[in-house]
Amino acid sequence: MTYLDFEKPIQELDQELEKLKGVAEKSKVDMSAAIHELEEKIKEKRVEIFSNLTAWQRVQVSRHPERPYTLAYIESVSGGSFIELHGDRTVGDDKAMVGGFGEIDGQTVMFIGQQKGINTKMRQIRRFGMANPEGYRKALRLMKLAEKFNKPIVTFIDTPGAYPGLEAEERGQGEAIARNLLEMSQLKVPVICIIIGEGASGGALGIGIGDKVLMLENTWYSVISPESCSSILWRSWNFKEKAAEALKLTAEDMSKNGLVDGIIKEPLGGAHQNPQEIFATVKAEILKYLAELKKISPEKRVEQRIEKFSNMGVVHELD
Amino acid sequence: MGWFRRLKEGITTSTKEKKETPEGLWYKCPSCKKIHTAQDHANNKYVCSECGYHERIGSTAYFEILFDDNQFTELHENLVSGDPLEFEDTKKYTDRLTDSIRKSGLKDALRSAYGKVHGEDLVICCMDFGFIGGSMGSVVGEKISRAIDFCLKTNTPLLIISKSGGARMMEAAFSLMQMAKTSAKLSLLAQAKIPYISLCTDPTTGGVTASYAMLGDLNISEPGALIGFAGPRVVKETIGKDLPKGFQTAEFVLEHGFLDKIVNRTELKDKMGKLLKMFKH
Repeated sequence: MTYLDFEKPIQELDQELEKLKGVAEKSKVDMSAAIHELEEKIKEKRVEIFSNLTAWQRVQVSRHPERPYTLAYIESVSGGSFIELHGDRTVGDDKAMVGGFGEIDGQTVMFIGQQKGINTKMRQIRRFGMANPEGYRKALRLMKLAEKFNKPIVTFIDTPGAYPGLEAEERGQGEAIARNLLEMSQLKVPVICIIIGEGASGGALGIGIGDKVLMLENTWYSVISPESCSSILWRSWNFKEKAAEALKLTAEDMSKNGLVDGIIKEPLGGAHQNPQEIFATVKAEILKYLAELKKISPEKRVEQRIEKFSNMGVVHELD
Repeated sequence: MGWFRRLKEGITTSTKEKKETPEGLWYKCPSCKKIHTAQDHANNKYVCSECGYHERIGSTAYFEILFDDNQFTELHENLVSGDPLEFEDTKKYTDRLTDSIRKSGLKDALRSAYGKVHGEDLVICCMDFGFIGGSMGSVVGEKISRAIDFCLKTNTPLLIISKSGGARMMEAAFSLMQMAKTSAKLSLLAQAKIPYISLCTDPTTGGVTASYAMLGDLNISEPGALIGFAGPRVVKETIGKDLPKGFQTAEFVLEHGFLDKIVNRTELKDKMGKLLKMFKH
């Protein structure tokens, strides 16, 4: 178990609990009452800490190394029926972006998402979830495939940004993302986008134009990471906490500002504390919104989708 | 004995006070150092007649260069930015806006206008780098969105002249969503089969590149313009090596297949006129 800096009090209690359990085991003395009491105390502490998270702490939770990634969600939500499909049919297969068909309660869905690696080697192969242009083009190819056969699309967003590499620029990173934004706004099938970790900038938005855009409770979504924002606006890396506050990047703020359509509650202590619970919640949300969206005609859905994004922004008109 | 004798000893003009050329009368090309009169330079569309260096210019100059007899009607000129996040870094966003408005004489980083180019109707949205680095916030997005509505209603082609450091951080996710907004609106223009030409000028980067700047029916650029998604410094840090010469220039982007054409500014109006006629007939 990895503890974040602000989880220190929980860590101490957890260690105490382990010790107590060890003693109980060895001495064969019934300590269940004391253990139960301590467990309750840990829970209370967790509630206390997690009900008052700062924006920066949410960013930390969104990056927790044990947090479930896209493929874990897809595997669970599709009940193991997922068939991964590869390649953009032009350049290659980007491992930072995954996608394919899966079933959810008997209904075929196209699942797409950025995928972070689960160990050191995979993190490199998947470039920490930072897709190249061919990743965005693979995503678009799969979306068009879904549209052709009238299957709804669910995207999982979890990326520190589009990959800022030399080849990415050569192969038109900007064009690839731009094309996705335009094409996704015209998709005739329902599109649900769920931010499950980090939602950084154009790299996130590149698979983020949906009829419903939802954020998990401990995720962030903004134009830039708090670290980069700090380095540009404050000219130092030391203001990331301040930048995180200023950017209003939490699910709560994004929802309040009307930039996402809903928040999905996480288990106490974050999604990684109880992956099965969050998978079940996410599945229920997908089913709920799919049912809702299917009632609307494709033309109306597209119109509403475009209308929703067109209304975003705050301007004043001078007399 | 020399031919000239210095009469005054110890000339002490500090470097700061030395003026190479008086402001407003002369223009010294930063690329080839050749000196032109400001008038000649303006007559040549702010392009160095010696080396072809394209000086960065704003909406006023582009409108003058492109619209017939500099006749145009500005659209939605009264839009100004709000401060939905009450953003403050080292400076309050509202103060930054007030300062920029005062210094630049502009209301935000983009102006829209319609008029005629060689007799052809055209709506031009032109970015101004002088306003917070040409950054794209709500006003830029809204003005493009409304300009597209105007194009749809009047069946007029659209030219967007990009010149931007990317999304405006002080509007955070609101500015990110302008990428979604402008791209979604451009999809409507595409469906109505109304031509959209994107002109990328120095620099076109970040969220602007990743939305409307790369979505033209034609993507054109001025010579030498920096065009890219990630900034060169960030790419350099990623690869840990020096960048190849000419990386992310218009010529590089054309070579990799993302630009239709590089057009010299002195020929821009003629080329636009011809293209608009070709789309029409």
